Amino acid sequence: MANNEYLVQVEHLKEYFPVRAGFGRTIPLKAVDNVSFSIRPGETLGLVGESGCGKTTVGRTLLQLYKPTGGRIIFDGQVIYDSGEQYDENGRLKVDANGKPILGKKVQADMLPYRKQMQMVFQDPYSSLNPRMTVEDIIGEPLDVHKLCKNKKERRERVMELMELVGLNAEHAMRYPHEFSGGQRQRIGIARALAVNPKFIVCDEPVSALDVSIQAQVVNMFEDLQKKLGVAYLFIAHDLLVVHHISDRIAVMYLGKMMELADADELNDNPIHPYTQSLLSAVPIPDPKTARASQRIVLEGDVPSPLHMPSGCPFRTRCRYATEQCAKEMPPFTDRGNGHFVACWNK
Amino acid sequence: MSETVKNNQEPKYILEVRDLHTTFSTDQGGQVNAVNGVSFALEPGKILGIVGESGSGKSVTAYSIMDILSDNGSITGGQVLYKGEDITQWDQKKMQHFRGKCCSIIFQDPMTSLNPVFTIGNQLMEAILLHTDRNKAEAKARAIEMLQLVGINEPEKRIKQYPYELSGGMRQRVMIAMALACEPDILIADEPTTALDVTIQAQILELMQDLQKKLGMAIIIVTHDLGVIASMCDEIIVMYGGRVCERGTADDIFYNPAHEYTKGLLRSIPSGSRMKERLVPIGGTPINMLDLPAGCAFCPRCDSAMKICLREQPQEIQVGENHYASCWMNIKKAKEGK
Repeated sequence: MANNEYLVQVEHLKEYFPVRAGFGRTIPLKAVDNVSFSIRPGETLGLVGESGCGKTTVGRTLLQLYKPTGGRIIFDGQVIYDSGEQYDENGRLKVDANGKPILGKKVQADMLPYRKQMQMVFQDPYSSLNPRMTVEDIIGEPLDVHKLCKNKKERRERVMELMELVGLNAEHAMRYPHEFSGGQRQRIGIARALAVNPKFIVCDEPVSALDVSIQAQVVNMFEDLQKKLGVAYLFIAHDLLVVHHISDRIAVMYLGKMMELADADELNDNPIHPYTQSLLSAVPIPDPKTARASQRIVLEGDVPSPLHMPSGCPFRTRCRYATEQCAKEMPPFTDRGNGHFVACWNK
Repeated sequence: MSETVKNNQEPKYILEVRDLHTTFSTDQGGQVNAVNGVSFALEPGKILGIVGESGSGKSVTAYSIMDILSDNGSITGGQVLYKGEDITQWDQKKMQHFRGKCCSIIFQDPMTSLNPVFTIGNQLMEAILLHTDRNKAEAKARAIEMLQLVGINEPEKRIKQYPYELSGGMRQRVMIAMALACEPDILIADEPTTALDVTIQAQILELMQDLQKKLGMAIIIVTHDLGVIASMCDEIIVMYGGRVCERGTADDIFYNPAHEYTKGLLRSIPSGSRMKERLVPIGGTPINMLDLPAGCAFCPRCDSAMKICLREQPQEIQVGENHYASCWMNIKKAKEGK
């Protein structure tokens, strides 16, 4: 159960949002459905997928910014959330004779002490900073919330230290966010996340809103901070080149389900799931000769609506290899060797 | 470049932009020179890529060609030659004919560039009725034909649908169908896939390549994504601070970059064999267009900047066959070579 090898363990995480369907009925939108993964201390796990696949929701639910619908979250050996649902070794929910899930002990830990250890960096550096607060107050706010500084002097010193750490000029502490460029704002957001000395940061598309030349600066900074502070990242992004560059391991999601998880190089050299294969082949490579030589596997059609999910494997409607079995049941997420996990009936 | 028009009846280039300047006035009474002397030429049936960061003037260049600048912006100098004729001198009526019939544009955001209160068919037919002498029934037939061409299934049904009923990729297909309905010679695609997911992006890029082969129009792709231009373009223009840094074939730009900005840009993206190596970012912050430096626009962020870069703008010089760059490093090298 609690395994000290991992800093974060997520098991069968579910997040359903109720959607009004008219006449007072609601139907669940399964934004995240049965997702399991774990992150080692100081490791970067990349999480990729198309928009609407639930990657952001995974990050937010993990930090319990949303209340999870089901599953278990273990942080640093402590169970911080457990819905009590139990699963057999094939990943099937254990149910009693009436088809109701057998429930074990429920756990819902108080999150405040854990927020000191798990933080988040948001996608949009323009809307995630309060325009009416100075940079000093933005970075200092988590210090106040967790009462980490005894007096104003200590707080100021810590803020200066953090600003220097992320490559901002400490003289700019009294400025407001609008006076900074996109890349600098993202640095402010990162300094705020680092203020409480977290062990784990969820980075939700942290470089997507930045220009190419600035992206590299911020990506390098993430890597430097990890080396210096040993912090682990869940790096959510849709740019597969950047994710491959920064991640130790990469997880691929499609319509709320985890499709494949493997070592970054292994996933790129040897993708097993048909969805991962087409996703990788669709990435435009910034190299004309390779681009001319490469064959794109172009997927037909669009992503189905998550409200009307196909039965069985959600990818089967666009999959070249789909069989009858795919329509019947979601394939289990199994290890194909060396920690290369795939959810596909196709062997 | 300039002689081609005078001597031949049929100009070599379908579109030629010469020393284009576009300026916007701000509320504070200031002026933003968004485009500062851009020149390039487009051959019929070729795909040209304009790449640059936000604020580099790449979109404004495209809008200037189409004459669809916002009210506070205007072309303050230079020429835009379409088949040898300067269209900046044309009146609104002639320009209306130019837009759609000769040159069409598709925009970044397919969600907002379609009118939500009209059906797809209605919007498609509007363009056809305006630019051709087809009657309504013929226009409808043409609309259906175009939807089929861009790979939309059941087009008879789709033309009765509203934009909200279609996905992002489908809407971009409709935009392309609309742009190509009157068989223009030039298609300008302003960040056509930026708002789309990678798998949908691949579909749209594939479609644009197919249509280009089938219909033979020239395409100008405006994008910040080096991956998109590498896989699509014959020729590439790199812009920074409203100026052209470098232009040449795709291979010139990617394998033999001559401008320090292009080199920096290529070093700052992870790719191929350098995937796990540390990225080399371009230092500093993006350019402030309200406060352009006197010399080379890239000079404040350039590692190899010299004294002359601060003072004077570099002239464009030829560094290879069809390969031009505006960088003092090359001028210096050329002088030393002689």
